[in-house]
Amino acid sequence: MTSAAAGATGLVKAIKPRRPRTRRSVELAMLVFAVIIALAAYADVGLTRSQHVPPDILTYGLGLGALVLLAHIAIRRFAKYADPLLLPCAALLNGLGLVLIHRLDLVAPKASRSDATLQLAWSAVGIVGFIAVLVIVRDHRRLQRFTYTSMLLGLILLAIPSVLPARFSEVNGARNWIRFAGFSIQPGEFAKVLLVIFVAGFLVAKRDALALAGRRFVGIDLPRGRDLGPVVLAWLVSVALLVRGRDLGMSMLFFGFFILMLYIATERLSWLLIGTLLFAGGTYVAYHLFGHVRERFEIWLHPFAHAQGSGYQLVQALYGFATGGLMGTGLGNGRPDLVPFANSDFIMATVGEELGLTGLMAILLVYVVIVSRGLRASLSVRDSFGKLLAAGLSVCLAVQVFVVVGGVMRLIPLTGITTPFLSYGGSSLVSNWILLALLVRISDAGRRPAPAPPPRPDDAMTQVIPL
Amino acid sequence: MNKPIRRVAIACLLLFAILLVNDNVVQYANAKTLRDKPGNTRLLFQQYDRKRGDIVTATGVTIASSVPTNDTLKYLRTYSNGPLFAPVTGFYSIIYGGSQIESADNSILAGTDDRLFGVQQLSNLITGRTPQGGNVVLTIDPVLQQVAYTALAGRKGAVVAVDPSTGAILAMVTSPSYDPNVLSSHNQASITQDWEKLIADPTNPMLDRALNQTYPPGSTFKLITAAAALSTGQYTPTTVIPAPTTLPLPQSTSVLHNFAGESCGGQATLIQALTISCNTAFGELGLTIGQAALQAQADAFGFDSTYSVPMKSAQSVFPTDLSDANTIQSAIGQYDVRATPLQMAMVAAAIANGGVEMKPYLVDELVGPDLRIIDQTKPTELRRAVSTEVAAELTQMMESVVQKGTGTSAQIKGVTVAGKTGTAQNAVGAAPHAWFVAFAPAVQPTIAIAVLVENGGGNNDATGGAVAAPIAKAVIQAELKKP
Repeated sequence: MTSAAAGATGLVKAIKPRRPRTRRSVELAMLVFAVIIALAAYADVGLTRSQHVPPDILTYGLGLGALVLLAHIAIRRFAKYADPLLLPCAALLNGLGLVLIHRLDLVAPKASRSDATLQLAWSAVGIVGFIAVLVIVRDHRRLQRFTYTSMLLGLILLAIPSVLPARFSEVNGARNWIRFAGFSIQPGEFAKVLLVIFVAGFLVAKRDALALAGRRFVGIDLPRGRDLGPVVLAWLVSVALLVRGRDLGMSMLFFGFFILMLYIATERLSWLLIGTLLFAGGTYVAYHLFGHVRERFEIWLHPFAHAQGSGYQLVQALYGFATGGLMGTGLGNGRPDLVPFANSDFIMATVGEELGLTGLMAILLVYVVIVSRGLRASLSVRDSFGKLLAAGLSVCLAVQVFVVVGGVMRLIPLTGITTPFLSYGGSSLVSNWILLALLVRISDAGRRPAPAPPPRPDDAMTQVIPL
Repeated sequence: MNKPIRRVAIACLLLFAILLVNDNVVQYANAKTLRDKPGNTRLLFQQYDRKRGDIVTATGVTIASSVPTNDTLKYLRTYSNGPLFAPVTGFYSIIYGGSQIESADNSILAGTDDRLFGVQQLSNLITGRTPQGGNVVLTIDPVLQQVAYTALAGRKGAVVAVDPSTGAILAMVTSPSYDPNVLSSHNQASITQDWEKLIADPTNPMLDRALNQTYPPGSTFKLITAAAALSTGQYTPTTVIPAPTTLPLPQSTSVLHNFAGESCGGQATLIQALTISCNTAFGELGLTIGQAALQAQADAFGFDSTYSVPMKSAQSVFPTDLSDANTIQSAIGQYDVRATPLQMAMVAAAIANGGVEMKPYLVDELVGPDLRIIDQTKPTELRRAVSTEVAAELTQMMESVVQKGTGTSAQIKGVTVAGKTGTAQNAVGAAPHAWFVAFAPAVQPTIAIAVLVENGGGNNDATGGAVAAPIAKAVIQAELKKP
């Protein structure tokens, strides 16, 4: 009897909600670690290139440190229960990206220009954007209200380069830029975030129709014809990107996250099947209709046949990876400058050459951590919109890394797309910091203890009665 | 909707797993293939990023060094007196790779050799700093090299001089030569242009005639025939052998003549026959002792094998399956007998060294960038070519050649020179190759030498004694003048 009573009390204790730990000090410690790694890499570059620790390491360190500290304080203040690993991982990638860009600056033909300083400024803008999102978006569910606004904005951003004259929109053959007054932004990077918000909101509203209506055909649940509309729209957007903007990477990215989000919302594998078929069909048609798509495939299949021409960049990157080998040449010792655009699309070639297989795998694993923490947030958050949004943003990151790293390593055809947080470029950096802020926000919602339910009047009457 | 999220999470992990596997394929499994692709200039840039080691002569003169530049390749390979030392140093080119010592000892010069691994290299490994290359110290004496090159005076030919007691190569000259500086420049267009010009040059200046070209050795081969005869124990230098004016070649209508149709007096002692280089006497002697004995003796001197000095030499050949007529011709170094100038220098060196052939070598020391000696060549015996007694008898016969025979133009006042001339027919209508092999002083020799002048320098009446012997004499004099 007494033991039963004790057991019952124990049970009561166990179900009494324990205040979850915020893990903010873990985040702070990891941030310090991330900044130390970046600074050590910076010192290494200086030691290798000019035999001394760069004199500006203190200002650089304080700058980076202050930025991530601000972000940390913002999380403490506005997203107390957020996942403690998201910010440090992004900070590490951003910091290493700065070092790599600085390292490439040292051997750039235009010695006067400092891409690294500019990138540091963009990092500041990105982190301000991160904080702004945390401050403004106190509850991610409020974004659902902007479902169609996001769509409109996103599509406009995507469309602008296509309607602008080429001199305002074309960079290296791809029409995916807006350029004016010495500024250039890649609208696709921002459209990416906006369209994930749209797709999440749209699917939450329409998922029942998409999931349930339809007929069964050869064991597969096929959706109704009219429900195919949005899928076809997404497909058209990605095809338009491919054809008009010659932006193979963004095209794959958009279609990738759309189809995966559709699958999550409906749990119907048929959508994956339809999506894959549509994409394959679109690619096939594009291959036969458009020279630039064919060229991409040709370079992918036979890079060494074009080693001195169109395949030069990829071939040089592959040589770089091979030269790096297991351990890499060490920061500052390789020749990553032989790869054109080494600091943007091909920054992974620099990582592979100078940090080796080991360093490249470590960086890929940092992305794995971000993506898995994002999906973890998606699992733990309670509302469907939050789930879809977090999953969509995480998938977006994963697909983007896959498309760009797979491209530079000749796993898939090469596409012009940036490496999140690492690559040089303001648009990409700012949009990814915003993306991260949304993940932080949703993870906070997921881990935040549910508000205590109002006590029911008859609760007081309930008693454990020993039998 | 957590189930599909989990599935998508697995799919994302799968994407990353594919990337990781692919990374291992590119950076590990396929890395070597990619690095070795002919179009890959990275390794080259890497090599030019570090200071390549010097190539230094035995007297400490630097003949190849890397000097800092301001262009993308940080160091320029520079050769002082390029054409003189080209057959030794070789070239080092961004397009055509390297040759000779530049190629054979590349790992030391480039600084990648495991033997360079020391405390310095360990710290370099950690910081990733590029190590400097080590230096190669040669056995070459620049004075002898210069004398030989000057004496060849642009004629096609080669001179190889070795220290008979160690095998150290004192001079290795080939003529005409080329300037390796034109190939080591950083201007790809001019390198290609100069390369094409050198390749197209009919005088073949990039051919290493000393090591890589074989010639009929002619009468210098009589040393080997004599050695074979003496080694049978049935002959001494004073043994009288038949020496007819002409020797009919069996199973043919041809006859073997002596030089300029001269008579050898019907019969002669072995020493006399060598002194006047009597073809008929040695032809018949060869037939008497047989092709197997000739073959064995030739191989005992190094024919039918190669030398690594460390560059690999061409193989000198004594032919097999000879008819009697061919045996007669082979015994006087004609028919299909072929020898490199290095091979004939080694024949002289073996005789000079009491019958023991030392392994010829060009590299004395390998020195680290910190001046630590990494490797020093210890003279090693290659094989015994003839017995001490036979070597002494051959020496006596070779002295006679210089004293009163075909090699009198190699006489040096106050020094006994031992030598043997050769005037080798090589093609119908072409002037014969002029040979001279020698060593000096006859007692305790310090130098053994082989000189070859292709087609006697274009002179139809040229003989080994007239054309090649004076060159050998000049080099020997330079050697003996050394303090």
